[in-house]
Amino acid sequence: MVHKFKLNGLNIVLDSNSGGVHAVDDLIYDLLDNVEPPFDAECPQRVLEKLSKSYDEADIKECYNEIVELYNEKILFSEDDYEKYAKLKVASPIKAMCLNIAHDCNLRCEYCFAKTGDFGGGRKLMTFETGKKAIDFLLERSGDRQNLELDFFGGEPLMNFDVVKQIVEYARKREKEYGKNFRFTITTNGILLTDDKIDFINKEMSNVVLSIDGRKEVNDRMRKRCDGTGSYDQIIKNFKKLVSLRDKDKDWYVRGTYTKYNLDFAEDVMSLYNEGFDQISVEPVMADPKEPYAITEGDLPRIFKEYETLSKKMQELRDQGKFCNFFHFMIDLDQGPCAVKRLRGCGCGNDYVAVTPDGDIFPCHQFVGIDKFKMGNLDEGTFNNDIKEYFSQAHIYNKPECKKCWAKFYCSGGCNANNYNYAGDIHNAYKLSCQIQKKRLECAIMLKVIKMLEE
Amino acid sequence: MKHIRTVNKANLKQTAIKGGCGKCQASCQSACKTSCTVANQKCEKDK
Ligand code: SF4
Ligand code: SF4
Ligand code: SF4
Repeated sequence: MVHKFKLNGLNIVLDSNSGGVHAVDDLIYDLLDNVEPPFDAECPQRVLEKLSKSYDEADIKECYNEIVELYNEKILFSEDDYEKYAKLKVASPIKAMCLNIAHDCNLRCEYCFAKTGDFGGGRKLMTFETGKKAIDFLLERSGDRQNLELDFFGGEPLMNFDVVKQIVEYARKREKEYGKNFRFTITTNGILLTDDKIDFINKEMSNVVLSIDGRKEVNDRMRKRCDGTGSYDQIIKNFKKLVSLRDKDKDWYVRGTYTKYNLDFAEDVMSLYNEGFDQISVEPVMADPKEPYAITEGDLPRIFKEYETLSKKMQELRDQGKFCNFFHFMIDLDQGPCAVKRLRGCGCGNDYVAVTPDGDIFPCHQFVGIDKFKMGNLDEGTFNNDIKEYFSQAHIYNKPECKKCWAKFYCSGGCNANNYNYAGDIHNAYKLSCQIQKKRLECAIMLKVIKMLEE
Repeated sequence: MKHIRTVNKANLKQTAIKGGCGKCQASCQSACKTSCTVANQKCEKDK
């Protein structure tokens, strides 16, 4: 499968199945609309006739030969022969867990998918007892997986921070018995960050996700306190402190959400950069199209333009020798994950699960509260392997749109929860997010091509 | 080649054979979470 696009003055050709990326001239670009395997020894007459109106015949022949050469090297029109791997490697140990440590929140962000923190099930905090059971569950189910990930999530996890500390201490003790290694992440809105908490987080958490939307007015429009006032002034101060005290080799990033209200979100990325943050993720809100802030089909042209603007800004920073990592433009064309990993993406419900304060187990945090996907309960010691099996089969070859999509090895079939919520089934691609995903990928590949051509 | 510049070594095929060890990070790609697409993750097989 070959995907080609023009961006920023470049003609780019991606060979999806091999991962090959090529920068080509206009003639090759147009010729690719007219040829495909099996190839002849020489450029077919009908193609010559068609293109000779715009190009020189000798050049067309030369280009045809170059295309055939890449085809023979298997980096253009290469075959998709990965389906066998999707069928082979199915059931997996569980290696990652999202702990919904607090189904409660001290902010009232308008777009919150957790319905202001309680996931529609009442405000609750996880007890240490339940946390312990979750750690034991993960240790026991993780098979030969060495690295175990545990994400403290909410609601707002700082509202139950004593339990976070107890769970970390417990997990650190037990990981030794099992010869494993826990990696903790915490996602926070920053309101309750104190010096003590920052210390603990910087010491124990291998990643920290700091939620902030960008410009003050943008942030404060959506990320409000219970009394309706904005959160920006307090959180930006706390986040700066946390980042300044963090070891350089540990991960962190600020992440924001853009909505219909700030389709000029490149300004928000730059605002965060100018405040001193250079690890940034800003992403589209996923919401019921009826919500006034929801992104809809009609916003797409504007959003595409904004990603182009943002990619130019990132390029400018790079030209000035500055560093800024915008997450969705980060792509490794040579050394990224293996093809097997790319067939399934997040692994929710198969190697990743979420646990609620009640000890209920769901395929991931976005499925919390959807009863038909409840996998079990820690107190009852139940776990439904049929649901795990169902999710383990959710690879790109079982998703009709993904199977024929050029972006499948980068996107890996999208978000199963979004697919379920907005397209009716975990196997149905949610078109709106596909289109945004594909645009981001094109921008990311374009930036990489510029960089590699420079080298 | 005069008309094409290949900018990367395509090696997805080779990775399929030795892949799938599961050492790398889980990668939620939803907007609410770690926001990774699979493509921006690191392989940790040989670490
Ligand atoms: S660590 Fe590398 S080889 Fe192993 S599953 Fe992840 S990407 Fe594939
Ligand atoms: S979810 Fe959409 S963009 Fe992603 S692989 Fe499937 S069809 Fe392609
Ligand atoms: S289903 Fe979506 S929200 Fe859940 S883990 Fe996968 S990508 Fe993340």
